[in-house]
Amino acid sequence: MSILDWFLDPAQWAGADSIPVQVGYHLLYSGTALLVALAIAVPLGVYIGYTGRGELLVAGAANALRALPTFGLLVLVVMLVAPLVGSRLAFVGPTIVVLVLLAVPPILSGTVAGIQGADPGAVGAARATGYTRPQILWHVQVPCALPLFLSGIRNATLQIVSTATVAAYVSLKGLGRYIIDGRASSDYTQMAAGAVLVAVVALVLELAFLGLGRAVVSPGLTRNPLPTCRRTRTVRPDLVPPSTPRKAAS
Amino acid sequence: MTLNWIIDNAARIGELTAWHAALSVVPTVLGLLVAIPLGWWASRSPRIYPLVIGTSGLLYTIPSIALFVLLPKVLGTRILDPLNVVVALTLYSIALLVRVIADGLASVPHDTVQAATAMGYRPWQRLLHVELPVAVPAIGGGLRVAVVSNVSIVTMAALLGIPQLGSLFTQGFSLRLTLPIVVGIVLCLVLSVVLDVLVHAATRALTPWQQKAETA
Repeated sequence: MSILDWFLDPAQWAGADSIPVQVGYHLLYSGTALLVALAIAVPLGVYIGYTGRGELLVAGAANALRALPTFGLLVLVVMLVAPLVGSRLAFVGPTIVVLVLLAVPPILSGTVAGIQGADPGAVGAARATGYTRPQILWHVQVPCALPLFLSGIRNATLQIVSTATVAAYVSLKGLGRYIIDGRASSDYTQMAAGAVLVAVVALVLELAFLGLGRAVVSPGLTRNPLPTCRRTRTVRPDLVPPSTPRKAAS
Repeated sequence: MTLNWIIDNAARIGELTAWHAALSVVPTVLGLLVAIPLGWWASRSPRIYPLVIGTSGLLYTIPSIALFVLLPKVLGTRILDPLNVVVALTLYSIALLVRVIADGLASVPHDTVQAATAMGYRPWQRLLHVELPVAVPAIGGGLRVAVVSNVSIVTMAALLGIPQLGSLFTQGFSLRLTLPIVVGIVLCLVLSVVLDVLVHAATRALTPWQQKAETA
């Protein structure tokens, strides 16, 4: 059976384990983890970016996370926590915790870098115009931070979506099921179909974030040239990752 | 019991570590070799630059597990072939490095390039002897990120059964033993620190003028 036939099979589109249901589970887990991570990382990032306290912590967390094998962390946390929970949530709970853990550093570093990276000229001009410090924060630094902030969320989202795929190994639902179950039953078609679905979901989310970036980022910020001497070039801040992107499961 | 397990499995752990190192380093080197000409091309052409950066951004978006599964279809390899991992990680390394190299080359001071041209350097000589050396610190930074990320991504291949340190995670999970998992995580971290330090040392060795500037 080819991958196309697999996708055209009506059995894949109805029932409890159908494609829409698995996509739904995947997005549900990912969305939950992203919201929790945002609730933790954004206030913390604004605080650190605003006060300058704990910057080293942010850089350290981002670097440590890049080296940490997410799959190992996931398996370890689930094995340690699952026996303590002992309910239907035995696997879901610990998995969400790991997803949140992975999503916090990129959002945090994006928020901090964004707020600190606001053009000093713009901040100085606002101060000279009589803006108070909170006003500078909300009306100058936060809008200037949007591109880096959004790319932080984008990195976090891709990280979550791909790690959620791997989480099928510790019996989570979602698109990883096709890959893990296909591997277990030597059904390559099912695995490949799952891989296509995961890649499509990731690409759609990426494009959605690029579109969102264009919609909400002030056009004044997108004409920010790189320190290049030979020629001027339009830079897409929405493509500039905060520090450098991390790629683990993603 | 802890020590016994490690001693009993020392040979296998060593073998997995060696595989892991190879699967992380080879794609990084291959990625660098491809990314240098590609990045150079992108840095010289305002039309190519957004195309290359956009494509590599989208490529980087595809989750590694998906790429590991789909590559056999494209390459005609078996699903267990380590070549799939090498190709996937090479693609990711290119995607990451091409941007760093393009921006690094573009940030070489205009005066430096003009001086080299005036001294009679041909474009490829100028690239090899002037522009690339000046861009080494930037490229080294990208290379460190690439190699450390690769160490972490390789573990995903354990889901398909390709042997490397990630195999300790699946083994630990199926045996309900935390020790192999912890050993695997620690060895991954050690490996990434070692490779990171090596790339950093190489970067410094290639840019002796930077140390002089620091001590002066």
